[in-house]
Amino acid sequence: MLALYLREIRLGIRAGSGAMTGILFFLAVVAVIPFGVGPDLNLLARIGPAVLWIGALLASLLGLDRLFQADREDGSLDLLLMAGSRHMVALTVFTKCLAHWTTAVLPLALITPLLGIFMNVPPGGLAAATLTLLVGTPAITFIGAVGAALTVALPRGGLLVSVLILPLTIPVLIFGVAASRGAVAEPDPFLPPFLLLSALTLFFAVIGPLAAALALRGAAD
Amino acid sequence: MRLAAENLSGERGGETVFSGVSFALGQSETLLVTGPNGAGKSTLLRIIAGLLPVAKGHVAFSGGGEIFPDAGAACHYLGHLNGMKPALSIEENLVFWRDFLGEERLSPLEALEIVGLGEIAHLPFGYLSTGQRRRTAIARLLVSYRPVWLLDEPTAGLDRASEAQFAEVMRAHLSAGGIIVAATHLPLGLEGTQELKMGAGN
Amino acid sequence: MNEKTVRRWTDIANPTRFLELAGAVLPWLWGATVLVLAAGLTMAFTAPEDYQQGITVRIMYVHVPFAWLSMLCYTVMAGSALGTLVWRHPLADVSLKAAAPIGAVFTALALATGSIWGKPMWGTWWVWDARLTSVFVLFLMYLGIIALTRALDDPGRSARAAAILTLVGFINIPIIKFSVDWWNTLHQPASVFRLDGPTIHPSMLWPLLVCAVGFTLLFLALHLMAMRTEIWRRRVIAMRRLSARAAEIKPLEAAR
Repeated sequence: MLALYLREIRLGIRAGSGAMTGILFFLAVVAVIPFGVGPDLNLLARIGPAVLWIGALLASLLGLDRLFQADREDGSLDLLLMAGSRHMVALTVFTKCLAHWTTAVLPLALITPLLGIFMNVPPGGLAAATLTLLVGTPAITFIGAVGAALTVALPRGGLLVSVLILPLTIPVLIFGVAASRGAVAEPDPFLPPFLLLSALTLFFAVIGPLAAALALRGAAD
Repeated sequence: MRLAAENLSGERGGETVFSGVSFALGQSETLLVTGPNGAGKSTLLRIIAGLLPVAKGHVAFSGGGEIFPDAGAACHYLGHLNGMKPALSIEENLVFWRDFLGEERLSPLEALEIVGLGEIAHLPFGYLSTGQRRRTAIARLLVSYRPVWLLDEPTAGLDRASEAQFAEVMRAHLSAGGIIVAATHLPLGLEGTQELKMGAGN
Repeated sequence: MNEKTVRRWTDIANPTRFLELAGAVLPWLWGATVLVLAAGLTMAFTAPEDYQQGITVRIMYVHVPFAWLSMLCYTVMAGSALGTLVWRHPLADVSLKAAAPIGAVFTALALATGSIWGKPMWGTWWVWDARLTSVFVLFLMYLGIIALTRALDDPGRSARAAAILTLVGFINIPIIKFSVDWWNTLHQPASVFRLDGPTIHPSMLWPLLVCAVGFTLLFLALHLMAMRTEIWRRRVIAMRRLSARAAEIKPLEAAR
C-alpha cells in the first residue's frame, strides 16, 4: 500500500500540471468574486469563509475524474483489481484517494490563508477556514472517488462526476462554512459543526472507498 | 497445481460470445487459445483472471496453498495494455509492481536485463517504442511470482529477436512448473502445447 | 540588412553559440548586478525618511522596481511570443518559458511588498482597487502561462500555445500602467514616468533609479541563466530519447 501511495504521489507531482491547475482555478474563482459582489471590504469579510469553501470545493473536484480513468487507460486498473485477494480493493481505493488528496487538495488548503487576505477575512477566520478545509476536504475526495468509479468507463465523464458528487458534498459544505463562520461571528458556536464535519469525513472515509470498490468491480469489461 | 475450466460460457455486453469451453492444465503445461477475431479469446482470459463474471460453468485453481487461494490471485495478466505509467521511469514502474504484487522474484534490473532493457532502466517509460514497452510489461511477469501466466497477444509489437527472447522466458517459466494460457494468432515457439480452437462453431 | 548582420542573427539563434555567449556574459552580469544592487540598497537606507510615512517609505525602493519588472518581464515575454509566432526564432520560446517563473516571482514580490506597505498606510493588507486588481490578474496570467508551458512535454507543441496566450494577455499591461489615471484609486498615481517630469524629490528618485537598474540587471542575469538551463534541459530530453532508440537497435544486432 505504501508503494501505491508513493507511486501516486510521484505521478501527481511529476505530471505537474494537475495540482497547479487546481490552485490556479481556486485563485481565479476567489478573484472573480469581488468583481461580482463589488469591492466592499466588510461584505467580503462576511462572505469570505463561504467563498473560500466554495472555491476549494470546486477546485478539488477538478482532477477527480482522472482518479481511476488514467489507470484504466493504461491497464493498471485491471492489475490493481486482480490483486484484490492480496490488497482489498477498498483499501487500494482509499490509498489512491489519500494520495490524490495530498497532491491536489492539500495545497489548496495551504494557500487558503493567503486568499483569505484578499477577501479581508480576519486572522481568526483565516485559521478556522484553513482548519476546516484540512479536516473537511478529504470527505469530498472520498465521495468523489465513488463518482469517479461510476464514470470510469465513460469517455468524457469529467463533468458528470461533478454533477453526481456536488449534491452529496452539500452537508460537508454546510458544516465547513458553519464552523469557519462560528470562529469569527460571536453568537455562532465553532465546536459542534466542526465535530460534525470531522464525523462526516470519517464516515465517508469508510463508505466512499467501499462503494467505489464495488463500482469498479462492476465496471470491468 | 492445476487450472481447470468446465463448460465455461462467456458474455460480453449481454451477448454470449462462447460457451461449453473446458480445459485442464497441470504443471508445466501450456494452452494456446486460437481463433478468429471476436471469438472471445480475450473474454476467456479476463474471465479466468476474475476481471469478468463467469456466465455459466466454472473456473477452478487448486494447489496454490494460502498464497494463491483462487485463480485471480494466482495469475499474471498481460493484456493489450501494459499497465505502466509514462511519467515514471522503467525501473520505478517495475519496483512499484513488485512491491504491490508481492512474491518477489528477480530484481527489476535483473528482469530488465533479461528483456534487453537493462541499460535504459532510468528512462521514463513514455520515451520507449511499442516493442520496448511490451518488453517492460514482460519484465513485470518476472519481478513477482505467479504460477499462472495469462497472455493476451503477448508478442504484439515485438520484433523477431524479442520474440525469441520471450519464448526463452516462457520456457523457463514452464520448466519451473508454471502454467501458461496464451491467446495468440502467431506461433509462440513453444513445444508440446494444448490448443483450444475458438470460433463460431464452438 | 547586409549579409553580415544576417549571419550574426543566425549565429545567436544557434543554441550552442548562445550558450557560449551566455557563459561569457553571465559572470560580468552577476558582478554588475551585485555592485549596483549593493549601491542602490545602501542609498535606499541612507535616503531621508518621508515626513509623513516615516521609515515605511523605504519599502518603496524595492516595491516600485518589483512592480516595474513584473511589467517589463511580461513585455519581454510578449516580444518572445512574437518571435515564436512571426519569425519562428528557435530561442524565442526558450526565452518565454524561462521568463515566466521569474516574472511570476517579481509580481508576487511586488504584491507582497505592496501589501506590507499598505497595512500601515491604508490600514488594510488588500483592497480591490484597479491597480492592485490588475496586477493580481497579471500574476494569474503568469501562473497560467507557466502551467501551459509545463503541461506538454514536447516543447514544439507548447511553444505556439504559450505564445498566443502571452500575446492575448498583453492587453493587461497598458491597463496596469494607466489604471491609476483612468480610475480613482487608493494607489497613488505615477510619480516617476510622467509626461511633465517626475514629481518625486531627487533625494528619493536617485536611490530608486539605482535600485531599479540593479533589479533589472538581476532580472537579466536570472533570465539568461534560466534560458541556459532550459536549453540544457531540452538537450537532456533529446539525448534520453536518442538513447532509448539506440537501445532498440542493439538486441537486433546481437541476434544476428
